[in-house]
Parts: sequence; structure tokens; C-alpha cells
Amino acid sequence: MNVTEHLPILQVVLPLASAPLAVLLRDRLAAFVLVLAATWAAFAISVLLWLQVGESGLISYAIGSWPPPWGIEYRVDALASLVLMLVSGIAAVVLPYSRASIEREIRPDKHYLFYAMFALCLSGLLGITVTGDAFNLFVFLEISSLSSYAMIALGKDRRSLVAAYQYLIMGTIGATFIVIGVGLLYIKTGTLNLADLGVRLQAMTSHRPVLAALAFLTVGISLKLAMFPLHQWLPNAYAYAPSAVSAFLAATATKVSVYALLRFYFSVFGETAVFQRLPMEDLMLVLALAGMFVASTVAIFQDNLKRLFAYSSVAQIGYSVLGISFDSVTGLTATIVHLVNHAVTKGGLFLLLGAVIAGMGGVTLARVQGVGRVMPLTSFGIVICGLSLIGVPGTAGFVSKWYLILAALEKGQWWLVFLIVLSSLLAVAYVWRFVEVAYFHAPRADLAGAREAPLALALPAWTLVAATLWFGVDTSLTVGSASRAAGQLLGIAP
Amino acid sequence: MILRVIGKLLIPFILLFALYVQLHGDYGPGGGFQAGAIIAAAMVLYAMIYGLSTARRVFPDWLVESMIAGGVLLYLAVGLAGLYVGGNFLDYFVLDADPVTGQHRGIFWIELGVAITVCGVLLKIFYLFTQRGQDQ
Repeated sequence: MNVTEHLPILQVVLPLASAPLAVLLRDRLAAFVLVLAATWAAFAISVLLWLQVGESGLISYAIGSWPPPWGIEYRVDALASLVLMLVSGIAAVVLPYSRASIEREIRPDKHYLFYAMFALCLSGLLGITVTGDAFNLFVFLEISSLSSYAMIALGKDRRSLVAAYQYLIMGTIGATFIVIGVGLLYIKTGTLNLADLGVRLQAMTSHRPVLAALAFLTVGISLKLAMFPLHQWLPNAYAYAPSAVSAFLAATATKVSVYALLRFYFSVFGETAVFQRLPMEDLMLVLALAGMFVASTVAIFQDNLKRLFAYSSVAQIGYSVLGISFDSVTGLTATIVHLVNHAVTKGGLFLLLGAVIAGMGGVTLARVQGVGRVMPLTSFGIVICGLSLIGVPGTAGFVSKWYLILAALEKGQWWLVFLIVLSSLLAVAYVWRFVEVAYFHAPRADLAGAREAPLALALPAWTLVAATLWFGVDTSLTVGSASRAAGQLLGIAP
Repeated sequence: MILRVIGKLLIPFILLFALYVQLHGDYGPGGGFQAGAIIAAAMVLYAMIYGLSTARRVFPDWLVESMIAGGVLLYLAVGLAGLYVGGNFLDYFVLDADPVTGQHRGIFWIELGVAITVCGVLLKIFYLFTQRGQDQ
């Protein structure tokens, strides 16, 4: 047995196997150690896969030795390897954080179940990314969604139950739409293999059922990625989930959905079906702009910081969608770079907010007054992430916006450049709300004695903050991989 | 009284039928999912006749939870066995010198894993619904 040949399947199987083992152990420490080992192993595997893809360009793995397109194929290309590395990397940072964090938020006898859910969610997200089979993708989507509903419902605030239920309903509708779309494609072509579908559909881009499938898949995946106006489930889910869960989902779940959308648009349907037969270009442009402006404006008026930054996530998803609507290498590069940059930024931000919750007991604006004085480091981290959300040079957010603006200029759309910059001003407004209460108000009398976050919370959070700054300066990893992936998606680069 | 006598008569046959569905899944309709559901139905019938507390002594919560996890692990173990013997993940061809026998062997254990997990999940759902309002 040569392990390097089996990396694509081990990527999913290791976290997946750690979940039932954690349940069998029924002990929180043992479950934590086990899931941590699986998560770090998954991250190591994703790095190895990324290196392998860098050499060979594409890895295909036939499950059960049934050759594709008959069997289920796992397929890793430039885009998949980057998303795998992102998801498992974020998990590798968030899981150590979660141990100290759920101590305060979840009943101790449920901890081993939390770790099992986390492992399931991770394997689901990795599975969506690595699989080359449309139905397999749906199954993994359900695994990750069901486990994330359970994790959100574990939140301390009782409203987390309602939030999880709301997400359950919306997510299930989305999943239904996706499976209807996949079913239509299967009826038309008789295959479920994504690459094979891509070849067969080229001859039938004008067929009505194929376009219907495209519409169903678009709506279904848009629900999952919280594209405006299908984002209603997201703010509550992020706001009331346990801190570690908010950070993990904000940094990965919507990103993997964007990946699924890219996969279906460019590898399955192809540009002709998406951008010529249906007016997706205009539709996505309008929805992206609406998301950027409406969600940012709503964010300005939030009183709970977790909700504020959840709305900011909806706006940031708008930037990713905007990149897709350009249908160019630069546009897709912007989308993919933004996936990584925003994941790192938002992940760090939500981890820091979890530290604030641990210190101050909550993140409503009234409660965090003066947090800049009692928790100076944590507040400084939040400001750095905020600057990245605005897109200040030197932070990761700047790089994404730079490529978005380049893509807009390529199309000669000056007005779009203006709108992108204008929407950044809205981000300045909502980040300023935090800066104002954190630094220009005195802390509440009963909270003046609050301490800086413990190292177990600060270290993982600062890892992501450091990554935010690093990806703002050295873009060889992010932009390099992203432009390669974009070229591969559009069939330009090998 | 009547219920107890009939139940005693019926439950063994329900379990036997479940085994038939389980083992015949290779050749006809049936398989692990259906068999697991039938076994769970037999246990639910048992709980309805002899009372919930008796049922929870016979099938304690930790056993039900371990069944959920154990079935999935068995499934994964079959997949990894294929890897270990030198094939791909979930490769049944390599599980025996004769590839057809290998396929039979692979699906037998897979379906057993499915049956255990399905039975465990259904019982867990049954317990969760019936114990509502009692534990708090």
C-alpha cells in the first residue's frame, strides 16, 4: 500500500472515522485528542495534495476501483486543493481554540458529542470539495449541514435553537433544490460524474431541462452560500452559535458553497450555458451589488457585534459573487482569492469575538464599551481584521479588492470601481462602530476588572490575524494558486 | 396478558425476518437499511409491551449510542480493509482471491454496518421522543 496514492480519500476518511470513535470513547479529553489528531492529519494531507497538484495538475481517485465515470471519482485540481487546504487549515486552528471556548458555553457531558459533530462537519466540507460526483457532493453537503445545525443549536443563548431551526428549514430547501437539479442532469445525461457531465452537457446547452437544472442548482447553492437575498438564516445562526462554531462556519461553510457554485458553473455547465443561455451575468452582478450595499448598511445598525459581522459576511459574499459575474480569469482570481482572504479574516474576527465574550460576558455594543482598555490586544486584533474587511493596503482584504477592481477595469466598467470603493466606505462605518465604543468610552463599572483573553483563546485567534496580515503582503500563495485555479476553470491553463 | 403472549410469539419472528431481509439483500429486495429498521421495530414493540424502563435496561443508552458509531466504523473498516489489502478505498475486488466472492464479502460487512447504525439511530430517536419531559 502506497499512502501517497490514497491521499484524496484519506483526506475525508480520517476526520470521518474520528467522529464515531469520539462517540465510542465517551470522554471529552480523549475525544478532543482524537479529533485534533485527525484534523491536523487532514491539514497535512491537504498540503501534500496541494504539492502533488502543483506537479501533476490533476489527481483522480477511483473509489472501489470502479473507473470513472461509472464509479465515484475523487478529483483534486488546483481549485479543490486550495479550498481543501483552507478548510482543513481553519479547522486545525479553530479546534484547539474550541476546547477552551466550549468549556464556558456547552455542558461538559456534551463535549465529546461536540467534537464528533465538528469532525463530521469538517469531513462533509472536505468531501464536497474533493468529490467529482454530483450525488456524492449532495450527500457530503447534507453531512456538513446536519452537523452544523446541531452545533449551532448547542449555543448558550436559547435563541440558538430558533436560529438552528431556521437554518435547518432554509438549508433543507436549498438541499432539495440541489438534488432536483442533479436529478434533472442525471435524466438528461445518464451520468453523475462532474467531469463527464461537463463533456456531455456541451451538446445540450439550449435544452430546457438543462437550463432548469442550472436554475435549481443556482438557487439551491445560493441558499447555502447565503447570497443576497437568500441570506436570512445566516445572521442569527452566526450570532447565537458557540463562538468556535461561528468562527468555523463563517470561515468555511459559505466558502465551500462558493466552491460548489464555481464547480457547477465552470466545470459542469460551462460558460455558454451559464452566461449566454441564461442572463446570469447581469443577475449575479445585481444581486452581488445589492448584497454589498444592503447587508453592509444593515450591519451598521446592529447592536450585537456577532450579528454585525455576520451581516458583513453577507456583504463580503457579494464580492465573491461579483467576481464570478465578470466571467474572466481576473474576476475568478478575485473570487477565489477573496474566499481565502475573507475566510482567514472572518475566522480570526469571530475567534477574537469569542475571546471578548469570555472576558466581558457578551458582545453587545453596550457591554463591550471600553474593551480597548481592558482587553487591548484582543481589541487591536479585531481592528486589524476590521481593516482587512474595509480593504486597507497591507491586509488581505486589500488584495481581493485590488483584483476585483482590476477585473472591473478589464471590462471597462468604471462605475463598478466606484461602487466597490463606495461599499468599502460602508465597511468603514460598521468597523468604526466597534472602534468608537471600544476606545472612546470608559468600560462599564462592573466589567472594568475584565482580563485579557487566556493564551488558549488568544493564540489560535492571533494565528489567523497574522495570516490576514501575511496574505496582505505576500500574495504568492493565495493569488498564485487562485490564478492557476481560475485558469484551469476557464480551460485556459492546463 | 394477550399482548404479552402475542408479543413473545411475534418478536422472535420479526427478528428472524429482519435477518432474512439482511442476508437476502444480495439477491433480492432488502439490505441493511431495511433490516435495521425492522430490528428497531421489534425493539419498539418490546418497549411498548414491557414498558420503557424495561426496554432501556435491555438496550441501555450507551449501547444504542455505540451502535450508531459502531456501524459507521464497521463500514469504514471495510473501506480501509480494501486499502490495506492493496486496492483502493471500498475496493471489494481485492477482499478475496476470487473478485466475485470478494464483492459478496465486501457488501456483506457493509450492509451489516448499515443495519447496526440504522437500528441504533431509530432507537435513539425513539428514546429521545419517549423520554421528553421525564428527564428534566
